Amino acid sequence: MNFPKELKYTRNDEWIRMEGDEGVIGITDYAQDQLSDIVFVEFLVDVGESLEQGETFAAVESVKAAAEVYMPVNGKIIAVNEDLPDAPEKVNSDPYGEAWMARIKISDPSELDDLLDADGIAKLERDH
Amino acid sequence: MTDLSTSLKIEPTVFELSSPGRQGHSFPELDVPHAEIPKSLLRDDLPLPELAEVDVARHFTRLSQLNHGVDTGFYPLGSCTMKYNPKINEATSRLPGFANIHPLQPIETVQGAIGLMFELQEWLKEISGFAGITLQPAAGAHGELTGVLIMRAYHRARGDDRRVKMLIPDSAHGTNPASSAMSGLEIVEIPSDTRGNIDLAALRAECDETLAGIMITNPNTLGLFDENLRQVCDCVHEAGGLVYGDGANFNAIMGISRPADCGVDVLHFNLHKTFSTPHGGGGPGSGPVGVTDELAAFLPGPIAAIVEEGDDEEPPLYGLVTPEKSIGRIKAFHGHFGVMTRAYTYIMMLGGEGLRAASEHAVLNANYLQARLRDTYKIPYDRICMHEFVAEGHWEDAPDIHALDISKRLMDFGFHPPTNYFPLIVPEALMIEPTETESKETLDAFADALIQIAEEARTQPDLLQTAPHRTPVGRLDEVKAARELVLCCWLPEK
Repeated sequence: MNFPKELKYTRNDEWIRMEGDEGVIGITDYAQDQLSDIVFVEFLVDVGESLEQGETFAAVESVKAAAEVYMPVNGKIIAVNEDLPDAPEKVNSDPYGEAWMARIKISDPSELDDLLDADGIAKLERDH
Repeated sequence: MTDLSTSLKIEPTVFELSSPGRQGHSFPELDVPHAEIPKSLLRDDLPLPELAEVDVARHFTRLSQLNHGVDTGFYPLGSCTMKYNPKINEATSRLPGFANIHPLQPIETVQGAIGLMFELQEWLKEISGFAGITLQPAAGAHGELTGVLIMRAYHRARGDDRRVKMLIPDSAHGTNPASSAMSGLEIVEIPSDTRGNIDLAALRAECDETLAGIMITNPNTLGLFDENLRQVCDCVHEAGGLVYGDGANFNAIMGISRPADCGVDVLHFNLHKTFSTPHGGGGPGSGPVGVTDELAAFLPGPIAAIVEEGDDEEPPLYGLVTPEKSIGRIKAFHGHFGVMTRAYTYIMMLGGEGLRAASEHAVLNANYLQARLRDTYKIPYDRICMHEFVAEGHWEDAPDIHALDISKRLMDFGFHPPTNYFPLIVPEALMIEPTETESKETLDAFADALIQIAEEARTQPDLLQTAPHRTPVGRLDEVKAARELVLCCWLPEK
């Protein structure tokens, strides 16, 4: 399973990529593989909303199951990937690229220290 | 991937069978004045199919033969209790005194129907140990919503407005969190321990003054009787919360254990599962709710009751009453009466001993299948099960085969697949519920098929991945079905 080194991960299989004081969020390759074919992506927040770590900002649905996507850290939503609801299959084909879900402004960068690195998440999913 | 439009050619649509001018009726000459309908109310075009009665009868009979049902084959769909439904249920529910009445008729003229509802309520009380029953809810999840609303009404009536938290174990039915959320409660998930029981430490941590209650499915969706049930109920009660029981798995415990005796305060039954009424086609169901004495005043009304006692000469007078603090009506009229007549018949035919025997055989059949499959399929929570069990449909030495492929291949053997991918706590879950109505020969044939499929998974994985091969329609494109919804009556223009 592919976990890029430059990303940080939550135990719920979200990833976050830092770009200055902004972060880009999506779900991992492992998550898309477990869910199988994604057929539905919905954003449950509006741009400009501030959310706490662990709050739900999106819902994804596959032919097998439905899942919620949580905020990896506290932050304000700057943008969501408007193209994704019309092309949910991108979550399967390119989870770390085209299927980014939200761009956030991070309130407290020190929260990132609590997230897992690539080795950490790889070990967690191996032990599942 | 089979192209649906080609594979469905085995039976044309009614539109394709249509022939201009053909009809299934011939009216006599009009012998009253012809009424002119205003032009503004007439439409130019109404493309309804034109067929004779024989065309319609044959078309729908052929379509029905392309289906799999309890009457055509084994249907081990976990958590759904697809038992055989005795045909006498159909005979009694069609008796004119039950079938040709209206809920707005004067109550003196429908005493038999109201009396049947009353007796069914009494029997469900005896089977479950509860003090009050409503027959109104339309099906299981509707029963859940009703039960949760009763719990909320109870807390509010005591002035206890802080109780907004509902605990849902991760082995509960999938509808439980939805019912709580619809009732405006916050949901907290409680994990299972290594034996598949509710994790008591995690439960205790959430038992505080904001607790509205817990929704327990027992036996749970792993098919296991929760060994901590009594402690769970005590813990929730001590914190001032109530215990909701999801009775979807009642088929395992009829005549053996009563939820009210175990500490459950509210429970819904699924008449369409446990009490043998047809539901493979999506309903109608019936989800009566039973409650303790303390909650009976909150039940939805009206409820069937004896309003005037009878004596040796006269039968009692049955009527409808609404409890004092009722949450109100939750269904038009009295609920799904036709389903009640079937469940009533089933209970009357079996009697107490028979109901207990049905549950015992349901549990025996599930354990027999689990024992036959244990060496071939991983059983993650491997102990004596109740009426169903969950196996993993995946092997490390056949990495490209998934539960879905196994299920599709099972259809080639004439079996309905088990429930897939639920509960979520078991990866690649295959949830198998044989029910009591299957013979040892059927169970063996099913186990043999699953064992053969496990072999094929290693030797001919393609056979599984392209299955089913022997059904009227091959592997359907589930992604397309979920994404490209066509919900119109007319076929798109070619």
